[in-house]
Amino acid sequence: MAAPQVTLQSITGVDIELRIAGVGSRSYAFVIDWHIRAMLAFSWWAVGTALSFGGFTSLFNDDAAPSSYYLWVVMPTAVIYFFYHPVLEVLMRGSTPGKRMAGVRIVTRTGDIPNAGALMIRNLFRLIDALPFAYLVGLIATMFTAQHVRIGDIAAGTLLILDGKEHDVSLARLAPANSSLDPRAADLIHELLERWWELEYPTRRELARSLVARTDKSLSPEQVGQLDANELRARLEALVNPTS
Amino acid sequence: MQAWLASRVETWRQLAPQLEALEKSRNHSAAEAQQAIELYRALGRDLSIARRILPASRVTKALEHSYAKLHSIIYRKPHDWRARLLSLFRDEIPEVVHELRGAILWVTLLFALSAGAGWWLVSAHPELISLLADEETINNVERGKLWTEGILNVTPSSVLSIGILSNNIAVTLMAFCVGIFFGLGTFYLIATNGLMLGAMFAFTHQHGLAGELLKFVTAHGVVELSVICVAGAAGTMLGESLIRPTHPTRRESFQHAATKVSRLLVLCALLLVGCGFIEGYLSPDPQFPMISRVIVGFGYGVVMVAAMTGHLFGRKRVRPDVDA
Repeated sequence: MAAPQVTLQSITGVDIELRIAGVGSRSYAFVIDWHIRAMLAFSWWAVGTALSFGGFTSLFNDDAAPSSYYLWVVMPTAVIYFFYHPVLEVLMRGSTPGKRMAGVRIVTRTGDIPNAGALMIRNLFRLIDALPFAYLVGLIATMFTAQHVRIGDIAAGTLLILDGKEHDVSLARLAPANSSLDPRAADLIHELLERWWELEYPTRRELARSLVARTDKSLSPEQVGQLDANELRARLEALVNPTS
Repeated sequence: MQAWLASRVETWRQLAPQLEALEKSRNHSAAEAQQAIELYRALGRDLSIARRILPASRVTKALEHSYAKLHSIIYRKPHDWRARLLSLFRDEIPEVVHELRGAILWVTLLFALSAGAGWWLVSAHPELISLLADEETINNVERGKLWTEGILNVTPSSVLSIGILSNNIAVTLMAFCVGIFFGLGTFYLIATNGLMLGAMFAFTHQHGLAGELLKFVTAHGVVELSVICVAGAAGTMLGESLIRPTHPTRRESFQHAATKVSRLLVLCALLLVGCGFIEGYLSPDPQFPMISRVIVGFGYGVVMVAAMTGHLFGRKRVRPDVDA
């Protein structure tokens, strides 16, 4: 089944389909973010506690904690944990470190960058999405809504879309203007080189032979047939990166 | 095709750094903005051609991605946070409060009735207090001591204030958010808060401590309880948006209501920060006489009303047009 999409309508008439992130991508991003914020909060607490008490043993004495401990250690720990998402989403314009790693981004339902107000509403409704425990309401909502959104997204009018960084690389590594390489062939070569080690030896050798035969006119079919996998790979790399 | 690609390839190779620079900067000159718009048009043309001659290729997908990114950059809203904040406090929040005034009245009435019910229940059946208060509080009151007495000897005001304001803000946000359950969550939360307040006053009254409790509550309670009722009214609007949608779908109606009334919560949170400091520093301090507590409580109440009507932020009273 194709992933649901949202259409970004442009004034030029060239519309773009943005693919909406599913439950898996959302959960993956959340788990990464949860670990980051938990580690940050714990680190602050641990360092603060160690500095305040010279260790952790006196924590268990009832009268050991001075008021400065609550102000400089306990409170900032809670702030890091609870304000991680709203603050970073506003600063990073709809993203967080976890979302970046998972290749997702928050956008409005028209595909634009959400404003701070929308991001705040989205985070406010975590109070409901987190009910009764472990984000169960949010998880169920993302599973059963067409656009895989939780209650906070519905309230704020936002969506999570897939936003991989590999596209920037695709353009940057385009063959230079003076290259005679067919861009469709170049596309295939890049894909083959990326998946080289995932493919079985005979498969990658056959695919590489076929591409070299098609693009490298300096070799006869017999010469191509005698090349081993490593030589074929080197040829393909030279074709897409002639300067390197 | 090859010639066209050759003519465009250098432009595309430079796209990623160009877009990154445009995205990071917030203060673009007119020339830069013009350049971005030209790039947007050019990219639209390229994408249109690439879709035809290189369908489903990585280059086309990358161009789509860059085009979408540039679209977001060009269409993002102006970033003038001072003007935005002024508009929020001076115009938008007062408009929401005006729209909610009926709901605020009803929620306040519910709170008052629940408080009356709590008073009556505990007066008629004193044993019911064990359902609403913990054992230590009950024992203290029975010994003639209010639980707020000597609190400053145990916890410093700063820590107390922050604890109180965090708790109050959490209750207020919750009173709003649970409105999603068709308003019933908000009604439940407001009613239980009112019930507990009434019950505690009845219980302390039975032991001759109601005056002390009133003295404790006066300075911060006026605004604190009002803000909880206002947030509750905002919550009922969420519920109403689902029961009686104002837009073609309940989802749109809910989103519209949430976006509109959640602005009010910014002011509620700010007012509760003030309440937290009053409750941490002034309310538990026995040196403050009742009169000063009344002045602080009602003075802060006036500030709250001025803020909610926008007059505190320079909103002018709108006179009805006599000719209309």
